[in-house]
Amino acid sequence: MNIRIALVAFALLLTGCAHRTTSTQLTPKAYGAEIKEVSGGKQAAQVGSALPQPVIVQVNGADGNGLAGALVRFKGEGVNFDPAEALTDSSGQVTTTVQVGFAAGDYQVIAETPKQDGGMITIAPALREIALGYESTLGKAVNDTYCIRCHDNESTPERVSNFDNLSPAPHQFAEGATYNTFKDSDLINITSHGGLAVGKSPQMPAFGGTLKPAEIKAVVAYIRAISDPPYPTPGVKYGK
Amino acid sequence: MSDEKNSPPPLRTGPTLRELALFGFVSLALLVSLAIAPAKNYFSDWRHYQNSYLKLAADRQPGTLARNFHVGLRQTWIPKLGVVDRCESCHVNQNGALVGASGQPFRKHPVIPHELDQFGCVLCHRGQGAATSVEEAHYTTEAWEQPLLPARYLDSSCGQCHLGTLTGTPRLNEGRRLLSAMGCVHCHVVNQPDGNVLKPDDDPPPLIHIAEKTSREWVYAWIKNPQAYAGSATMPNFQLSDQDAADISAFLIAQSTPSPAVKNVALNNAPTQGAPADATAAATLYGSSFCASCHAVQNAAGNLVGGDFGPELTRIGSKVNADWLRRWIKDPAQYEASTRMPHYRFDDKQVAMLTGFLLAKKDDDLLANVHLTPADAESIARGKKLVTEDGCAACHQINGVTPPQNFAPDLSKVGSRALSQIVFLPGMKHNLPDYITAKVHDPRSFGPGLKMPKFNLTDEQVVALTTALLAQTDRSSGLPHELVLAAERKSDYQPGGDAGKLMQDLRCLSCHSINGNGGSMAPDLTREGSSVQRPWLESFMANPNTLRPALIRRMPKFNLTPAEIKTLSDYILNAYQAPGFDSDTLDPHALNVDAAARGKQLFYSKYGCQSCHIADYKTDKGYVGPALASVGNRLTPVWMYKWLKDPNALRPGTLMPNLSLKDDEARDLTAFLVTLKAKQTGGAK
Repeated sequence: MNIRIALVAFALLLTGCAHRTTSTQLTPKAYGAEIKEVSGGKQAAQVGSALPQPVIVQVNGADGNGLAGALVRFKGEGVNFDPAEALTDSSGQVTTTVQVGFAAGDYQVIAETPKQDGGMITIAPALREIALGYESTLGKAVNDTYCIRCHDNESTPERVSNFDNLSPAPHQFAEGATYNTFKDSDLINITSHGGLAVGKSPQMPAFGGTLKPAEIKAVVAYIRAISDPPYPTPGVKYGK
Repeated sequence: MSDEKNSPPPLRTGPTLRELALFGFVSLALLVSLAIAPAKNYFSDWRHYQNSYLKLAADRQPGTLARNFHVGLRQTWIPKLGVVDRCESCHVNQNGALVGASGQPFRKHPVIPHELDQFGCVLCHRGQGAATSVEEAHYTTEAWEQPLLPARYLDSSCGQCHLGTLTGTPRLNEGRRLLSAMGCVHCHVVNQPDGNVLKPDDDPPPLIHIAEKTSREWVYAWIKNPQAYAGSATMPNFQLSDQDAADISAFLIAQSTPSPAVKNVALNNAPTQGAPADATAAATLYGSSFCASCHAVQNAAGNLVGGDFGPELTRIGSKVNADWLRRWIKDPAQYEASTRMPHYRFDDKQVAMLTGFLLAKKDDDLLANVHLTPADAESIARGKKLVTEDGCAACHQINGVTPPQNFAPDLSKVGSRALSQIVFLPGMKHNLPDYITAKVHDPRSFGPGLKMPKFNLTDEQVVALTTALLAQTDRSSGLPHELVLAAERKSDYQPGGDAGKLMQDLRCLSCHSINGNGGSMAPDLTREGSSVQRPWLESFMANPNTLRPALIRRMPKFNLTPAEIKTLSDYILNAYQAPGFDSDTLDPHALNVDAAARGKQLFYSKYGCQSCHIADYKTDKGYVGPALASVGNRLTPVWMYKWLKDPNALRPGTLMPNLSLKDDEARDLTAFLVTLKAKQTGGAK
């Protein structure tokens, strides 16, 4: 049985490798000097799903301008790319669709391009993408109905943001520098009992009579999930 | 001697070497065969994982964790759900006792709203619960064909019990919405386990009078590629050949009969061209009639602006006949009795203006290359055959063609379809989610003869539809009744009497919901009679000013007569009363100056109401809720009081939070609100 597992694992590994190697038929027509993100980092999607926007990276030549024909390869543990490698277009950019993995949490996306003299130039820092599990998806749904009206400064045709009408301005949920200083229980308190109850602005209403405790907890989970810089997970940490 | 001769041959003193070897081999074989079962057990996957877990636990959290762990096969058995899951034999750390284990199989199970031991694993994740090897539990094998469900479709599992919308499963909700909104359920039957039959919600127009509305050329171009006319069209692409499209268009025009609108003198006596239409005035009329609440138009940047409740109007001028459009704007129901479009009371000048405005929205390229030979009997007959075969009548009403029954496969149990019954394409992964995704994405890739057309869906919509379909399982229909949470169903409420006829004519229920029936675009009116004051209601219907400055979708101005307004107001104020709104609820003497002063304090300081509402246009900027500057003229004091106490009880789903106010606080706030009687200086700001 052990052997069978090993065989299955080996076969999986092989297919995994095969999947990666089969597409390695692109030969770079040019070699860049740097690689950087254009857009697509720090997005969130439900586990196992494609991010709402593609990830776009750009390879620049020694002159600092976009370089066409350079090979870009995307890597990331648990992440799927379509395509996983491609040559840059005329503006030096490559666009790929990114599908985050099975488990909720952060995923690192690395893009690299080969150097003329061998070796690789790797994008730094790696792009951070976020997979939302059940709880943070629920939190996002609650956020999209209630919180977003004031806590998001972006307006859409369906919903004009109230962010700029408030003073002091609300904190946007991705603001890790602010939210990471609060404990879960503090955030649950503010949401349940309103700003005034904890010595904050009365403009934040109490939602304890409207949302279920599980929903408030889910909103906190969502804030933690999209926090930038990331919220340090509690408990002891171990290397893999 | 003879004794010696008769005696049997002497007994051998010992077995031969050969026999010994044979005996040894047989015993060994027996021993080995007896050892297979224990060895299998000893070398099992789960024992291997449990041992590594023990090692990890001893290493990272020495103490009780490892001491209390007993190696052995584990199982969750829930007879009433048919669950026999041994997953926890390897996934031993689902409760997270070993902190920080991030790799499988030892990851902690994420937070979900159910207890793991009450539902087991396969109910949500699929796979083979009873299996005890990694391969059999997770993947498709010869004996089992139920692999794990990929994470992106996990919402579907919630949908086995939760038959309605659920806050935490946006993908499932969207998929179910699309089954109705894309009209999938016109052809496919989708029954839910509680007997609910999903109904279409896409409102395909009847084609019985089509020749009045448009030309054969437009019909041809449309059925060849609906999205070329309107990018947002839900009508799928049937990938018709030029000849088929020509024949179908010939038949559709030929089967058309005159509508009542053509015979209606009042609709036809207006001049075709009224006063030369002033383009600016016409655009203003289009805007102030809030056509954009339902209809979208593509702007110069290529973005759709407007609602998706009615058809997109970007190229309407290339489609419709001017006379038809004029009659339609005057009274749509005369052409199509079941339309969702309201009957605006436009005068002839306004109709001419709107007609001119809409006809100018043209795309001359659309029909530039359509040159059809005149229809002959043969072409029409062939068209009728095609229309019948392609199932056009499943969605559209067509003269002489009966709607087909059981036209497409029943999808009520599609989430449990056996893989052995499925014909996969070469190179396709043999699993159900991938098959459904491919089918929804491009049905004709499974064979050119297949009837299902190609729908205009984004990748995310395909995943959502697949999720909704995967929820339709055998297991779902066999679950105990107490576990099934039915979807909210629409009632068949219709308002009665003269007011009811008027409300039907204005299609109030297209946008407003009343007593469980109607749309969700505008506020629910079930308790409106207890909510508003008569003078406000009458002036609002005469000239609807928006209460919410930030809203795009607004109440249209129907140009009602004073008599009509009175009929409607009388009805709304009497029929839509809520219980418990009598004068005892609130003592009017309590609403005095002192209370108002306290209420103002509460409004601005304690509850920060001005962050969402505007009580005074000079100081407040809140954009989330309706402006309250003249709420004293609009709402009844009792409604304000009860609303403040529990908004969700009066209008479920409202954004206004329940602030858990004490009785005297709600009373004081009400006293303040009734003093807000600013003159409505065009509330739309």
